[in-house]
Amino acid sequence: MGTPTPLRSPRPRSRSAPGPQGSFGRRPSVALTLVTGLALLYSVVPLIWLLINATKGQESLLDSFGLWFGSDFALLDNIAATLTYDDGVFVRWLINTVLYVVLGAGGATLLAMLGGYALAKFDFPGRRAVFAVVLGAAAVPGTALAVPTFLMFSQMGLTNTPWAVIVPSLISPFGLYLMWVFAAQAVPTELMEAARIDGSGEIRTFFTVVLPLLAPGTATVLLFTMVATWNNYFLPLIMIRDPDWFPLTLGLDAWNDQAATIGGEPVFHLVITGSLLTIVPLIAAFLMLQRYWRSGLTAGSLKG
Amino acid sequence: MTPTTTPTAPAPDRPPARSRPRRRWTGWGFLAPFMTVFALVFVAPILYSLYLSVYRDQLVGGTSFVGLENYRGALTDPVFWDSVSRVTLFLAVQVPIMLFLALLLALALDSGRLYGRDFFRISIFLPYAVPAVVATLMWGFMYGTRFGLVGNVNDLLGVTLPDPLAPGVILASIGNIVTWQFVGYNMLILYSALRTVPHNLYEAAEVDGAGQLRVIAAIKLPALRGALVIAAIFSVIGSFQLFNEPSILQSLAPNAITSGYTPNLYTYSLAFSGQQQNYAAAVAIIMGLLTMVIAYAVQLFGMRKAV
Repeated sequence: MGTPTPLRSPRPRSRSAPGPQGSFGRRPSVALTLVTGLALLYSVVPLIWLLINATKGQESLLDSFGLWFGSDFALLDNIAATLTYDDGVFVRWLINTVLYVVLGAGGATLLAMLGGYALAKFDFPGRRAVFAVVLGAAAVPGTALAVPTFLMFSQMGLTNTPWAVIVPSLISPFGLYLMWVFAAQAVPTELMEAARIDGSGEIRTFFTVVLPLLAPGTATVLLFTMVATWNNYFLPLIMIRDPDWFPLTLGLDAWNDQAATIGGEPVFHLVITGSLLTIVPLIAAFLMLQRYWRSGLTAGSLKG
Repeated sequence: MTPTTTPTAPAPDRPPARSRPRRRWTGWGFLAPFMTVFALVFVAPILYSLYLSVYRDQLVGGTSFVGLENYRGALTDPVFWDSVSRVTLFLAVQVPIMLFLALLLALALDSGRLYGRDFFRISIFLPYAVPAVVATLMWGFMYGTRFGLVGNVNDLLGVTLPDPLAPGVILASIGNIVTWQFVGYNMLILYSALRTVPHNLYEAAEVDGAGQLRVIAAIKLPALRGALVIAAIFSVIGSFQLFNEPSILQSLAPNAITSGYTPNLYTYSLAFSGQQQNYAAAVAIIMGLLTMVIAYAVQLFGMRKAV
């Protein structure tokens, strides 16, 4: 990931040609749009609720209607309060989350890229066995791994350190699968042969010839591993006891617990504003990178 | 989920492998980083878990080998079976509803008859980007009667809706949260599969005078089979692993969610509150096996129906 890769748009492929398929140029239907609009409302109303209620202070949170603004507009106050509460612990959680995402999701994408390329483009002993083992492992419940992983890591002295969250995040069987499918169709074997004839070593071939071709698939895997790491709750819940190493998800949960405890300081407005701040970066990433995850999903569903 | 095509078939005129040892092992070089970490965070914990599950740690007498005693205990543990039947009920109701909704939405997107198709696609997918923690907190607040929407509706209309956080209702409330998070994701998977249908099939159908419903039944649904099976398998695995939502709702509804509410919650509380790591390992292994069996059954069923 160290070398800057030129971002290339997904290669035009006939199956992802733009424009509606199977429509024969029919005219849009108002009725269908309205009915589908119900699903749209279901999807966005909770987010709108979150946005509106992040503008309310503790008081009007309790006495105003949920889907409309309160008498005060305290969004900026709330954001300031969220960022400074408890000596700015929220900022610390944000930095932790970014650290886990950069090292965990970045590393997972790199490993999946190398492994997927190997599975797609090389014939080597045990290739089929590797594939069966990795896919089989994907069916093992993550929580079944949690207890033994915790015990192992605590014997190695890794619990309560960032490594306990980062190392398990490095493996994404889904990412490996996606890169494998993608590399198989995006990297022409002739190109690799040509590079070899020119005397290029395997590693140089990978970085100069193969890496740029894999860029669209890489962006997809990166996006999905980023979401998985950013949203991770169970793994840090087990591994991290020290609030200084919490990611955002664990921190928000801790604030909520504190607010729900009798006698605890009610900080619901911070939970709500913090939730909003937590999802904004991811939603922005999804909106900006949508052409990548769209083409990546198409590739993944091909091998269904 | 075994892939149907092999990307690189060995060419028939390939030189004998022995003369090209470098080529034969190069693949491993690229795969080695993944496999090393995989061994550390997947293989080793599974083996360790198997080891733990046949021992027992007692205050008096220390660790002793007990064979399958922990498994026998789990299989006769009413709390465990309670939690299994709860997630099974969840699976049987929530997964079909969610996949059916996702299917309808994917067909609507693909019909080309929506105004603002891309806006629909992105907006309905957005909840996938919301962390389970935030989704649960958000819905949990909306469910609440204090400053939630349910309380608002009760006040406005003068009615008393059933409390979504009450013990009998909360499983459905959790189902709603999970559906909200994943319906758009599944919609996209199915929609992507629909986009791979060759265009000339539609042209042929039009020449034959087939209507929209006929096109859906004869072309689109068969094309979706593989993607539906995959979506179903992932949803089965997800249901059996249900943890985040009940765990977070616990603070908002402490009476409705017990420490053995789902198998994973039970495993977690056994291992980390109860210090019964050996027993927890056995419970987790049984759950893992159960998940794999059901996922495999879904795959068999999905493939058989197609023939």
